[in-house]
Amino acid sequence: MNHGLSLIKHHSRQRLPILACVAILLAACGGAQDAKQESVLNRGLGAEPESLDTHKARTNQAGDVQRDLGEGLTGYAADGQLELAAAERVEVSEDGLQYTFWLRPESKWSNGDSVTAQDFVFSFRRLVNPATAAFYAQQSLGDVVNATEIVAGKKPADDLAVEAIDDLQLKITLNNAVPYFLALLSHPSTFPMHRPSIELHGDAHARPGNLVSNGAYRLQAWEVGSYIEIVRNEHYRNNDQTAIDRVRHHITPEDAAELNRYRAGELDITFSVPSEAFQQMRKERPNELRVSPYLAVYYYGFNLTKPPFRDNLKLRQSLSMAIDRETLTEKVTARGEAPAYGWVPPGTNNYEPRQFLYANLSKDERHRKARELYREAVFGEDKPVSLEIRYNTSQGHRRIALAVQSMWREVLGVESTLINEESQVLIENIRMQDVTQVFRSSWTGDYNDAHTFLSVMESDNPSNLTGFHNDEYDGLMDKAAVQTDPRVRQVFLEEAEKLLLAEHPVIPLYFYVNKNMVSLRVRGWGDNVLNYHYSQHLSLADTD
Amino acid sequence: MSYGAAIRQILRKSGDNKTIVVCSSILLLIAAIALLGPLLSPHHFASTDFENRFMLPSAGDWHLFGTDDLGRDLFVRTLLGVKVTLFVAIVASCVSLGIGVAYGAIAGYVGGKVDAIMMRAVDALYALPFIFFVILLMVVFERNFLLIFVAIGAINWLDMARIVRGQTLSLKQREFVDAARLIGVSTPGIILRHITPNLFGVVVVYMTLTIPQAILVESFLSFLGLGVQEPQTSLGALVNSGVSTMERAPWLLLIPALILAVILLCFNFLGDGLRDVADPKEKTL
Amino acid sequence: MLRYALLRIIGAIPTLLLVIALAFLMVHAAPGGPFDAERVLPPEIEENIARAYNLDESLPQQFLRYLGGLVRGDLGPSYRYRDYTVAELIGNALPLSMQLGVLAMLLAIVAGIAAGLTAALSKNSFVDRLVTGIAMTGISVPVFVVAPVMVLVFAVYLHWLPASWTGGTDISRLVLPVVALALPQIAYIARLTRASMIGVLSSDYVRTARAQGLKTSSIIRYHALKPAMLPLLSYMGPALAGILTGSVVVEQIFGIPGLGQFFIRGALNRDYTLILGIVIVYATLVISLNLVVDLLYGILDPRIRRQ
Repeated sequence: MNHGLSLIKHHSRQRLPILACVAILLAACGGAQDAKQESVLNRGLGAEPESLDTHKARTNQAGDVQRDLGEGLTGYAADGQLELAAAERVEVSEDGLQYTFWLRPESKWSNGDSVTAQDFVFSFRRLVNPATAAFYAQQSLGDVVNATEIVAGKKPADDLAVEAIDDLQLKITLNNAVPYFLALLSHPSTFPMHRPSIELHGDAHARPGNLVSNGAYRLQAWEVGSYIEIVRNEHYRNNDQTAIDRVRHHITPEDAAELNRYRAGELDITFSVPSEAFQQMRKERPNELRVSPYLAVYYYGFNLTKPPFRDNLKLRQSLSMAIDRETLTEKVTARGEAPAYGWVPPGTNNYEPRQFLYANLSKDERHRKARELYREAVFGEDKPVSLEIRYNTSQGHRRIALAVQSMWREVLGVESTLINEESQVLIENIRMQDVTQVFRSSWTGDYNDAHTFLSVMESDNPSNLTGFHNDEYDGLMDKAAVQTDPRVRQVFLEEAEKLLLAEHPVIPLYFYVNKNMVSLRVRGWGDNVLNYHYSQHLSLADTD
Repeated sequence: MSYGAAIRQILRKSGDNKTIVVCSSILLLIAAIALLGPLLSPHHFASTDFENRFMLPSAGDWHLFGTDDLGRDLFVRTLLGVKVTLFVAIVASCVSLGIGVAYGAIAGYVGGKVDAIMMRAVDALYALPFIFFVILLMVVFERNFLLIFVAIGAINWLDMARIVRGQTLSLKQREFVDAARLIGVSTPGIILRHITPNLFGVVVVYMTLTIPQAILVESFLSFLGLGVQEPQTSLGALVNSGVSTMERAPWLLLIPALILAVILLCFNFLGDGLRDVADPKEKTL
Repeated sequence: MLRYALLRIIGAIPTLLLVIALAFLMVHAAPGGPFDAERVLPPEIEENIARAYNLDESLPQQFLRYLGGLVRGDLGPSYRYRDYTVAELIGNALPLSMQLGVLAMLLAIVAGIAAGLTAALSKNSFVDRLVTGIAMTGISVPVFVVAPVMVLVFAVYLHWLPASWTGGTDISRLVLPVVALALPQIAYIARLTRASMIGVLSSDYVRTARAQGLKTSSIIRYHALKPAMLPLLSYMGPALAGILTGSVVVEQIFGIPGLGQFFIRGALNRDYTLILGIVIVYATLVISLNLVVDLLYGILDPRIRRQ
């Protein structure tokens, strides 16, 4: 108490420190003026990456930063087209089993070392090595000879069928032809790794000051929970094309708060746009709001291992038909999403998506048929059907569930209970397949090919959350997998989707859209279905 | 003093205190409207209406408070929210009261080693971050309405136990306790019939303070997505979704927030008034 | 006094162990694990991961392993932020949260006491009611309403202050979070001070002093202030708890990488080691603070000191 009073009396003693602070502040501001010559981009990243070690991460957000830091054999151009990146030439054998890559000789690591084929071999072996416990080992390299055995611990990592023929030549041998293999090689898990760094730093090799990368930027700082800062990699093969000197990827887990930061001028690009503010942004900042189709589907899955959905196709169909997808996308999500009457999103390469047979019926027709099917489905049941819809905590999921609940009640008289669960709990429940009936989920394509969507429904795929098991479907997918003629392959895949939709293991509701606020000073933003926006393709116009 | 006498004394003194009368009247009024209001309105709290989302409050069509992002009537939902919030808060406070009084009275009266161990346990539980405990509880036991009260009540009993123990310690020395012991009343009997009635004043005051706490805890849980489940709602949940649409439809935030504020203020002032009445010399918490 | 303090510190160790054990059990009882995600992994990969992070061991084994690490000062790697150890993450987050908490507490104490004193000295007048009324807004509006509204008004509309932690300088970015955090506490402290001061001012010895002709300001400074502050001291414990809870919301809204944020994320991500690390830090803080408060009480209240 006495301290408080004495502070007030001796304010003259305080003047000196205050002056000093002011002087320092001015000096700092002055310093910042000079730094303005360099171009800095502030982008919202979304949730925080688990790791910048490309083998230890799996989220899209981690991928976004990793794609700025590193480069694989292939990559994407600003318009979303797949192109060669670290490789300058590739040759594929007739049977589609041998891939030979020639690397660009001018490719360099951020410390000046040259990028060699051995760097790729080292990385691939580390990816499949069980000790690394990498998430994407199976997904990225699962088709390479011996990969599956190595992951299961049955063979040593050196047995992987990748070979450095010389410093700039790399050969990969596959078990079967994989038409989208080149797309898989754009994934960060297949980026090369700098062996000396890993041997020197071990688990800490992916931290600022240690990380050596071969992409357009190098890692400058990582304030955990706040932002990741990357700066221009002078040694990058294409460095003269990189316009922006410094990029800050800000951690923005909440879209409402992120939008506030954008509106306050602190961010140039946002990761997402909250639906509540969508109409407002469309009105106030139409040229900054960027919306385009995204390769992802939002769906409600059925638990097919138990009643009431096991062996009750008519029930599943009627529930799906009772939902007004147009109302959902126009009124509830309202961000330009496309209603989903099929499983594979439009815009997928080399593919004509299939649709439900009732997709083109009028609303009344559809409702009538739904009621008919429903009556047949529950014929003989003395108890009315009661359902549980589970979804993970989110305003958006809540709204959709409420809308669906309301639609089911009005059209079919079905009463459903909404159960909002925390993400981890829902995931666990879905896997256990014990308590779930209808659950909310989504699937994002890993590469631009129908296979990434259709393979989910194969009976042995762990991501098949519904328990869907159809031998004919598996057969069609197997046939497609070994087809080398792309047109025949496409036919098999489309047949598979048609069968899938007829069996109704899921209710696809809508196809996602990319939604970003992009400031007017950002140039070079290319809308693409995979939502990859490499910082090296962007530039800043020097306007406000 | 018996329970009846304690209650009568407090009621008598309260009637004279202006703050208590005003606050309790407001609260009773709100509660009454919450119970009777839905009978007047034709709308159901869960019926969505996609053609009429985000409507402004208007007398026509009985959308007195307007509609929300799914076209549901805010008036009926707010009244439901008031009901749920008050219910949760009162029950949770009763739970923490029950546990806290029992625990504290026993520890205080029995004393000695038992007291030391019991209070050491309280220290340990105190040191656990409460958010952590609540989240984990909600997550382990799934979404169960009943468990929300238990969770909230389970947090707050610690303070109550401490206070009750303190009071019991001083009550223990009083003559009427000695007298009861002399007559041969058993220990549980003494605790139940002689100690707890005298705790009444302290307990009532504390209750009116734990209720607003419980209300805020429930809204905090809603903030985390762990509160009352849809389509049920609470004032905290309404306020939360109101924040996300506050530029587009400010009334969705302002109306529930205002009612929430009034309820919280009333309980707090009520607590102040009751403290004046029950313990005129004790100006401490 | 010193002996008492030492005894308390030693006595705190079993409490701490109990806390750790409880937290460990609870965190593992929650369904789902740190590596579960919507995208289910192939079983071989899941086995590899479990082995790499020792999750395939039995619970008692994992607990002992954790305790062993603790003794060596190793809080373990984070399961979610795989490039960092828990100690590093906490080391960055703790000073931040403490800075925020301390500033908020200071603001709350200064503003709260000022408001409470003003109200008490002009008891039942218009000023009293006005000040009390303003102070009460702190407890009647939840912080997750106040904070976003402040951001909207001061950052988005007026551009006076940054909307987030990275949007401004050291001073400007502290203003909104500290105020948001302090508001509920200002209300409580103001009410406490007012009630306590009114009680003291009407007590016997103050009336005696007034009868003896002492000036009001002297009375306040020498007779009333110290005893009036005592109840405030016992509020410090709950105040800390309140600030810690509030900080979770504030940190989330402003994007501040503090303990509250990491804690929530740890719980939702089932990042076992991170959660346990934060629980330990928090428990240590609470136990230490309780000790300090008790000691201060002993120093300031001569009645207790004589016991």
